[in-house]
Amino acid sequence: MTRHFYILPALFLVWLAAFAATLPAQAQPLRLQITEGVIEPMPFAMPAFVPENSAGNQYSEALARVVSANLTNTGLFREIPRSAHLGRISSFDASVNYSDWRAINTQALITGAVSVSGNRMNVKFRLFDVLSGQQIGEGLQFGGSTDNWRRMAHKVSDAVYSRITGEGGYFDSRVVFISESGSRGNRTKRLAIMDQDGENMQYLTDGRALVLGPRLSSSGDRIIYTTYETGSPRIALMNTQTGQRQLVGDIPGAMTFSPRFSPDGRSLVFSAARGGNTDLYRMDIGSGQIQQLTSSPSIATAPSFSPDGRFITFESDRSGTSQIYVMPANGGEARRISFGQGRYSTPVWSPRGDLIAFTKSNAGRFHIGVMRTDGSEERLLTASFLDEGPTWSPNGRVVKFTREAQGGDPALFSVDITGRNLRRVPTPGPASDPAWGPLLP
Amino acid sequence: MTLTSKTLLVLAALALAACNTPRAGGSFGGGGADGFGGPGGFNDGGISTGNLGDPNDPNSIAHFQQRIGDRVFFTVDSSSLNDEARSTLNGQARWLTSNPQYSIVIEGHADERGTREYNVALGERRANAVMQYLVSQGVSANRLRTVSYGKERPVEACAAQRCWDVNRRSVTAVSGVSS
Repeated sequence: MTRHFYILPALFLVWLAAFAATLPAQAQPLRLQITEGVIEPMPFAMPAFVPENSAGNQYSEALARVVSANLTNTGLFREIPRSAHLGRISSFDASVNYSDWRAINTQALITGAVSVSGNRMNVKFRLFDVLSGQQIGEGLQFGGSTDNWRRMAHKVSDAVYSRITGEGGYFDSRVVFISESGSRGNRTKRLAIMDQDGENMQYLTDGRALVLGPRLSSSGDRIIYTTYETGSPRIALMNTQTGQRQLVGDIPGAMTFSPRFSPDGRSLVFSAARGGNTDLYRMDIGSGQIQQLTSSPSIATAPSFSPDGRFITFESDRSGTSQIYVMPANGGEARRISFGQGRYSTPVWSPRGDLIAFTKSNAGRFHIGVMRTDGSEERLLTASFLDEGPTWSPNGRVVKFTREAQGGDPALFSVDITGRNLRRVPTPGPASDPAWGPLLP
Repeated sequence: MTLTSKTLLVLAALALAACNTPRAGGSFGGGGADGFGGPGGFNDGGISTGNLGDPNDPNSIAHFQQRIGDRVFFTVDSSSLNDEARSTLNGQARWLTSNPQYSIVIEGHADERGTREYNVALGERRANAVMQYLVSQGVSANRLRTVSYGKERPVEACAAQRCWDVNRRSVTAVSGVSS
């Protein structure tokens, strides 16, 4: 009797889970579950965007290439090469001949069109589920300056990704990072910003002062970073529109570093080191008022807010080695959440709120990993000589981080939360300390 | 010119240099902070100039750096001073006490086998340990300043234990004339 009593609800749950899983599949046949990791990427076809006037010709291929690269880089999609296409998209509004695309095993077909007038352009796209023979969602169009043609391709990519995965996109976003040059012993480090795919890089500082660990505000309007321009670590706040900057968070006699914005952008949390002790402080940016959050005779650094602004996760060596803690955002009792082998550093709360990404070092190797916010279900996504400093994509599905091969230069890498899709992010030279900004409006 | 005579010339030059007392560099005209002068032409751009002197001269900076030793080393994640470090720092304290015209910046450094933020904190802890020790040996605290470079300024570049061992260090930098 008892046995039945337990098995029956268990079976019911399995059936319920299976039923729930089929529901979205029926509503939206073309569907990828990112959390499970994708063994077999979804095959898609991306014909050139149809030029709707002659000035549109020069963007017809370029737009398709950007969309295709974005989707391919997720590891969730595989492009069917143009040479295999049987069908031709010569008119954006003509009906799609699905059998041409089915014959080459296309599951998702993306069609686009582009027209250009002066320095203005108009970009349109549609997404089709080839197997069920129907369009997914309505067609969308984006208009803007031709200078922003890549952004429009990123917006098409975000819409396609969103419709198929049910997740927010992350392609139309930017990344701040540190561009490095010179010898290892006397590195020149410059603050730089670029698109998430490594394009359109611009320097934001001239390299005279050593700079470290930049972070973007949640609206992307400001950057906070550590600078040695006074000869000692200090925190600088830069306006991304005007380029104006100022030193903030002065604590007499202390080195201040490792700053990060609160989700509402109104305050900062950072580390201050003095007297052999590093504690966390919070500053209201408007008033400049500073509040001490921790007072432990140990190192507390690398703080990061939860997306609701209620908690701060940080690393501390108060137990003897670096471990990850969570405390209320105004200070108070900190709870240790990391208990595995090795040292845990640089915890970063996912923008979805569900996970904390971190750096772990154990037995001479470094890893980027994720765990739930209570420390359970730890998963290591990478392993190398030196991986550190994860930063989340706006949708909380991908992290970028710094990887340094043994004896090599640092470079930026990205990996998805299943750990199956590790890629190098192209930068013009050695690079470190990426910080991913929000999805652009 | 033979190699020997070249060497003699170099030695003579060094001996001459040692006769000069270390001093802060003077400015050449007024000027902007960028070092390219304002109305008065070039200036020193805030760069002080001083002779290191002859290491055989016990009051020279060269003696401090080479004979006494301007740096001490640490084990992984630690800021503890071992016997060798304390012995070096005792020598530094004696030199600093008898050369009160200098101010000192104690740099704390870490090896590359840790994350950037933690290493900045660890470097500060190391620099502070050295500062506290020098103060305990009679050096006035107001002559001392600390700065942490974390893992940003390794002295050896190789990605191997022997380099990390010398990169985990503090360096006592004698910086011009004390104000």
